[in-house]
Amino acid sequence: MPLLGYIRNMFSFSVPLGKLVRRASRLRGGGSALPGLVVEKIDPGFMRRTLSTLPHGVAVVSGTNGKTTTTKMVVELLESQGLKVFTNRTGSNFTRGVAAALLGEVDWRGRLEADIAVLELDEAHAVHFVNSVPPRYCLLLNVLRDQLDRFGEIDKTAQLLQHIAAKTTGTVVLNREDPRVARIAETLTGQEVRYFGLDDSLLATFPNDDDMRAAPGSPAPADLPEKPAADVVLRKVGADSAEFEYDGGTVTTGMKLRGVYNIFNAAAALTLARSICGGGAVDADHATLLEALSQVAPAFGRGESLTVDGQPLDLVLVKNPSGFRLGLKSFPAGGYATMIAINDNYADGRDMSWLWDVEFDSLREEGVDQLTGSRAYDMALRLQYDEVPFGDVQPDIAPALAAFIREAAGKPKRIFCTYTAMLAIRRELSKITTVEVVS
Amino acid sequence: MNPETSAVPAAGQGKGSLRVVQLYPRDMNIYGDWGNALVLQRRISWHGYTPELLEYNVGDPFPDDVDIIVGGGGQDSGQLVIQEDLQDRAAALKDLAEDGTPMLLICGLYQLFGRFFKTRTGAVIPGIGVLDVETHGTDERLIGNVKVATPEFGEVLGYENHSGQTSLGSGVRPLGTTAKGTGNNSSDGHEGARYRNIVASYLHGSLLPKNPAIADFLIRTAAERKFGSFEPGQPDDRYAELAREHAGRRPR
Ligand SMILES: [Zn+2]
Repeated sequence: MPLLGYIRNMFSFSVPLGKLVRRASRLRGGGSALPGLVVEKIDPGFMRRTLSTLPHGVAVVSGTNGKTTTTKMVVELLESQGLKVFTNRTGSNFTRGVAAALLGEVDWRGRLEADIAVLELDEAHAVHFVNSVPPRYCLLLNVLRDQLDRFGEIDKTAQLLQHIAAKTTGTVVLNREDPRVARIAETLTGQEVRYFGLDDSLLATFPNDDDMRAAPGSPAPADLPEKPAADVVLRKVGADSAEFEYDGGTVTTGMKLRGVYNIFNAAAALTLARSICGGGAVDADHATLLEALSQVAPAFGRGESLTVDGQPLDLVLVKNPSGFRLGLKSFPAGGYATMIAINDNYADGRDMSWLWDVEFDSLREEGVDQLTGSRAYDMALRLQYDEVPFGDVQPDIAPALAAFIREAAGKPKRIFCTYTAMLAIRRELSKITTVEVVS
Repeated sequence: MNPETSAVPAAGQGKGSLRVVQLYPRDMNIYGDWGNALVLQRRISWHGYTPELLEYNVGDPFPDDVDIIVGGGGQDSGQLVIQEDLQDRAAALKDLAEDGTPMLLICGLYQLFGRFFKTRTGAVIPGIGVLDVETHGTDERLIGNVKVATPEFGEVLGYENHSGQTSLGSGVRPLGTTAKGTGNNSSDGHEGARYRNIVASYLHGSLLPKNPAIADFLIRTAAERKFGSFEPGQPDDRYAELAREHAGRRPR
């Protein structure tokens, strides 16, 4: 068979097969990456070929914190402008997950009907992906201590992000406030670089990892370089609103997202969406962009507001020291009953050292009502050394949660929890009470 | 911060003050190393003494009358930043060590207090030679929960995360033998090093909160050197005990 015919034949063969495997693995309730694995084995060019047909190319979102919610925001912003967007919604943020998601969307000839793909990619896997599919856009959020269990060192993570930027053919969007991310600009030659940034008054609520490693009270390094101009700057955050500056003006908009760090990621999403629209995709309409931004709700598991027994209950996901610090700053303790749930399962990270990089002084006055999770005693020890009073310590999440809800009846509640602890808490909540998701 | 002026005034604690110096907290302070300094600070006061916690960073004047030194780990970039300054301080630190000053050295500073660190590519980074140990960079990262059996401090629990592998010379003895995890290197089953009143270890986590016996060894030694005796207080170690029990059962 001539080579071309062979390839064509393989092409039309692999898509229906992959779709079949996809359906089968859905029925089994299997992982979302399996059919992607099958199609990649049979037809390794499938993903590259399919994505390269998109008129506006591929945009990659990476960084240690906030990828899922930010990707969701970018998708909703672009959809508000009438673009048809392909994304890896399954939460399976690896190359195979992308292939699997593609299989669900392509027609039987392997064609994807979309204008652009916006993909959340894990730093480590993103390198493999961008080598195979160079993105037209990338958005790099931050380099925080999160994945050290897997990659060893922060500097290495920064190198992985730098590689994504180097492979990007069009626009690279960088966090101006994260020195390791901002520095990537110096290594780029052909790409257009845009930044998203923060007002100086908000910087204090965004400790970067370098600040954090220094003991409290230590002076900042003296030679801070001048910051570049940012395309979008987050100026102010209100209770349920935010003020952004772009194109020389400031705009205030309502926000469903809670927590300053989520809203900073909204500035990131807005910058990327503006680049894509400005890159010729559509004429951006700022009123509808802002409207879409104000409607974005957090992605599942990234922090949620529920109503339990008529009282608000906030779940705040904490998975690394900066996230925990931001959580404590974004959600002041006053008037709330507080529980902390720390697990050390693989998905949470086994290393507990990070609890010692968070200061808990802000909880000293109100105290913490309940500590739970497989590392509840580590958390108790941590609070003891920060002289924060606490109530019961109960590693089992179910009885701890029940006691927390019983004893704090009539009071708004907040639970800081690691990832698997959050999953367990949601499961338990749905058993013991009616859970109403607010946002 | 001027190290001479940041002392916490004594607040009715009659047993005298102990001065703890953190080495290079700005550049060598990851994986919760700050916790070790915090634990010393609190336990000194729980024992009825007055803690004075100072920082020493690159270019600072070195504080006088140091009672305890604590140093942590860092990124590769952090180690490069402190390299020259550390060499400038080598003689002074060596004198303090030989004189019996209690020190806790974790990971990166454990390595740099040794004779040298040889990277994977063969470059040799000189240490300050306080400890008779040498370290070789590898491609293998040793990560996970660690349990160490030690003759002096009982079972020591922590978390390791390093790719340098350290071997001990005859001038030091190991802190202990690993019962879970790897420790100094992937061949001899030893973890950490002991020399005079220095405790060196790869364990982060932080080390001292869950191993109060080591914290109290440093404090006792410092008090005995300064005041001739140590009168312990009664810190509440209930949660340290429970955290230890629980941590000991967690997977690698
Ligand atoms: Zn280390």
